Amino acid sequence: MPKKVLVIAEQRDGKLRQVALEALTAARTIADGGSIVSVVLGSQVQDAANELAQHPQDKVIAIQGESLTNYDSEHYYLALRPVLDEIQPDVVVLGHTAGGRDLAPKISAALDAPQVSDVVSLDAQGGDVLFKRPIYAGKAFETKRVLSTPYVVTVRPNNLAADGEQSGSAPVEVRTFDEPADVKTRVVNVQKKASTGRDLTEARVVVSGGRGVKSADGFKPLYELAEVLDAAVGASRAACDAGYCDYSLQIGQTGKVVTPDVYIACGISGAIQHLAGMSQSKLIIAINKDAEAPIFEIADYGVVGDLFEILPKLTEKLREKLAAARA
Amino acid sequence: MHVVVLMKQTFDTEERIRLADGKIAEDGVKWIINPYDEYAVEEAIQLKENQGATVTVVSVGNDNTTQALRTALAMGADEAVLIEAPELTDERAIAKAIVAYLKDKSFDVLLAGNFSVDNGAGQVAIRVAHELGLPHIAAVTQLTIEGNQATGVREVDGDVQTVTAVLPALFTAQQGLNEPRYPSLPNIMKAKKKPLTTLTLSDLGLSSDDAGAKVERVEVTLPPKRQAGQKITGTPDEQAEQLAEILAKALR
Repeated sequence: MPKKVLVIAEQRDGKLRQVALEALTAARTIADGGSIVSVVLGSQVQDAANELAQHPQDKVIAIQGESLTNYDSEHYYLALRPVLDEIQPDVVVLGHTAGGRDLAPKISAALDAPQVSDVVSLDAQGGDVLFKRPIYAGKAFETKRVLSTPYVVTVRPNNLAADGEQSGSAPVEVRTFDEPADVKTRVVNVQKKASTGRDLTEARVVVSGGRGVKSADGFKPLYELAEVLDAAVGASRAACDAGYCDYSLQIGQTGKVVTPDVYIACGISGAIQHLAGMSQSKLIIAINKDAEAPIFEIADYGVVGDLFEILPKLTEKLREKLAAARA
Repeated sequence: MHVVVLMKQTFDTEERIRLADGKIAEDGVKWIINPYDEYAVEEAIQLKENQGATVTVVSVGNDNTTQALRTALAMGADEAVLIEAPELTDERAIAKAIVAYLKDKSFDVLLAGNFSVDNGAGQVAIRVAHELGLPHIAAVTQLTIEGNQATGVREVDGDVQTVTAVLPALFTAQQGLNEPRYPSLPNIMKAKKKPLTTLTLSDLGLSSDDAGAKVERVEVTLPPKRQAGQKITGTPDEQAEQLAEILAKALR
């Protein structure tokens, strides 16, 4: 049955995020020929809205306001509220990003709607949509069906194809959001991290370190490799617990779940709780001194060896190869 | 100060998942407090120790959930409430049960985990906050309470945000917030005497209609097993060369 779908499209520093186009792909399947409206929020979102409008849909709404510069659940919700009332969507789709996972349950509660979080694939079947999502951080998967509208869906970055149709010219409606006087939450400071800045959950390549990295300094060769590969750096729980790196890097059942094209595990033994967070990666490469490490049981390529010897050589060789490819 | 912590009992993260009759097998499984909720419990107890507070832990579950609640009491919580409603399956309904319990309670701080390591939906706590009209700061790695204002630090896509909120408010705990303590033996003994109240949905004035699921699980599957692949041998230089080839090809 055709549905009215609202996509909350994310931008970062004024640029449309890839996950926004992945959410649009989900929206097309769910809409089943119905209408699609996208909304993008921020302080400067005109460019992102224009890019979005090239993807065929009924309308793009750009909501701009100084207080939307940094994501905050209350401000974003208040800015969206009039759009929800006006459009009365059957389905709202967001990315399962830091912002999306924070905002979606608030919207669901406001609509008294069920929500399917962290969807990795969806399938339209005779008027029904079946949503597949990981449980136990990917140790298992469940397929869900929603029994009523409205409902809310969040899609995991990097899993659905980005919407490829760019022949559209949807109308863009720009609105202004003024911060109400009685807000209860406020972002007072944002510190951009010095690291490469690649978001772990969206990176195509992840270079990850475990106890075998031995120290905070030991992460250096990982960062150097990551720079050449435009990769994000991650870590196992053991490395975080040992204080070699920040918990924000942790991959596993506690921590982040990643599904990159390539996962390079360096000095990671492969505890079950870590494997849950990365075993859906497309290609897994493991480097470990211990030939018996469980990580080798799931790695497509296993290197028994010293990461401190191999990584610098690998980085050097890749640098040459990539330079040659560019030349 | 009254601090309420929402918590859930989950499988230990080292458990492998097995299916029996198309369902997740629960026999012989080791149960724990959801690790993110454990940070929330610890944070509540630290507020109690540092600023003086009463800590109530609340969970929706079944008879078995009392174990997790007793553990939280042994860590230092003052009282526990079990909403015994194993029939609740979707997050919307679970949130409604918690709201029904909390709506006439007075508290300053609501704490919960960022998400549960089993279903991982990350919905219940934020739904509860919204329905109660409370602001929230999700996934905090630092929390400071001063008077009726809280300051939370959270990581957002690699950036670090500092956010303030007016109490009462919800904070969900991210890893790094603290290091949960192990309950001592004397405290485990004491916890047995602390109040643990069990409530049913009808005690909360909810009917089975209110608690009806709006989402259903159609199927559970296990991911295909990955096979061990190829070993790359040779000198470190040869190994690095082969890896470089593989990577260059994979990323072309």
